[in-house]
Amino acid sequence: MTGEIVYATAQHVVIVVIAVTVAAATGIPIGVACVRHPRSGKIALRLIDILQTIPSLALFGLLIPLPLIGGIGIRTAIVALILYSLLPIVRNTVTGIAGVDRLITEAATVLGMTERQRLLTVELPLAFPSIVAGLRIATVIAIGVATIGAAVGGGGLGTLIFRGVAMVDTKRILAGALPAAGLAILADFVFETLERAVARRFGGT
Amino acid sequence: MASSLSLERVSVISPDGDSILRDVTLRVDSGESVAIIGRSGAGKTTLLRLFNGLARPSSGEVAIDGAKIDGDLAVRRRRIGTILQAPALFPHRTVFENLATVPRLLEWPEERTRAAAGELLDQLSMPFERFAHRFPRSLSGGEQQRVAIARSVIGGPPLLLCDEPFSALDPLVRRELQDAFIAIRDRGDATLIFVTHDLGEALRVSRRIVLIDDGAIVCDQPRREFLGSNVPLVRRFIEAARLPESAS
Repeated sequence: MTGEIVYATAQHVVIVVIAVTVAAATGIPIGVACVRHPRSGKIALRLIDILQTIPSLALFGLLIPLPLIGGIGIRTAIVALILYSLLPIVRNTVTGIAGVDRLITEAATVLGMTERQRLLTVELPLAFPSIVAGLRIATVIAIGVATIGAAVGGGGLGTLIFRGVAMVDTKRILAGALPAAGLAILADFVFETLERAVARRFGGT
Repeated sequence: MASSLSLERVSVISPDGDSILRDVTLRVDSGESVAIIGRSGAGKTTLLRLFNGLARPSSGEVAIDGAKIDGDLAVRRRRIGTILQAPALFPHRTVFENLATVPRLLEWPEERTRAAAGELLDQLSMPFERFAHRFPRSLSGGEQQRVAIARSVIGGPPLLLCDEPFSALDPLVRRELQDAFIAIRDRGDATLIFVTHDLGEALRVSRRIVLIDDGAIVCDQPRREFLGSNVPLVRRFIEAARLPESAS
């Protein structure tokens, strides 16, 4: 069973890492765009917000019939995790950039930075602590939702839990549940440490 | 060559429809130092911001060196030293990196930036070795504003725009910084526009005083003539700046 646990844990971690990486790669630019275009940004945020309110099992159910991204298997699980991870990342990018002191962005402007230079060298670095906080929330959520992903053949630690439930085998349930809980706690701790380090470096107060 | 400036019948109307500047005409010759004084809300800051493009005229024309302000404002601003009310240093960058902002935009070689930063910090009584690698949060308010001044003037801009740069400082630090600022002003060849609500400060840093009230120029005179002006609001400013004679 140890081999099974190790395999499921590794699979779980890979699914979460892929999902959060893709969500960050799309979510941070979406967040920046939301700040640059506040009116359409508000609509985009609202849409992402609605996605988040869909119960996870229902979201899996909705994705399965879709062509290309749907079906039973890991792919559907990853797509759902990406959608779930998006909100905290986008929202924290927006609040992070919006929270930069107006005088500091004005200083960047009057010194002659272009909008792009200002974004890359001032606004994003100063929003970084908030963005890391968003990644922390996204990762912890993704670890949790990934366990449910097993219900649609998503693999990971949820597989052990569901199988354990079906077989009324407490040991097997715990073999999935304990590592899943441990992963979430560990991820939270790692990001908390990172968040503190980043805040020290970029916080400026 | 220091910049010459002109405002030609400029009006500025806020998005809410309030009139901020009304039909203002002002010409500033190359190398002049002009203080813009007036009560809070008179339109001083807006007038200053017309020259770096942070405010746009609703009508009339704004020109620097005879050319209307348009085109790439970011590039233009690298040749304008704007000093804001607050230091607004980049908190994630060291003192040296803050100072290097404009030189890097101008693509100076690193040695030139270092030499210029060292010279300026020395002039502001902040030895390079002691301060260059510190972060803004470890500096006092006065030190931060010194770095902000240095950051704005390091590129040797032909135009300096100052928006009440010393108003948040205590009187002693303020005096010290005014002296440092005057030395820096006299170092290069620059035209100076200095916004303040403090007449004493205006008289110290500039040779010509423009008083604006409610969006219009009320008095525009060299400082000696300004002090002799009979315009009622000028008299009130002078009265307010005077120390009580019996204060012993």
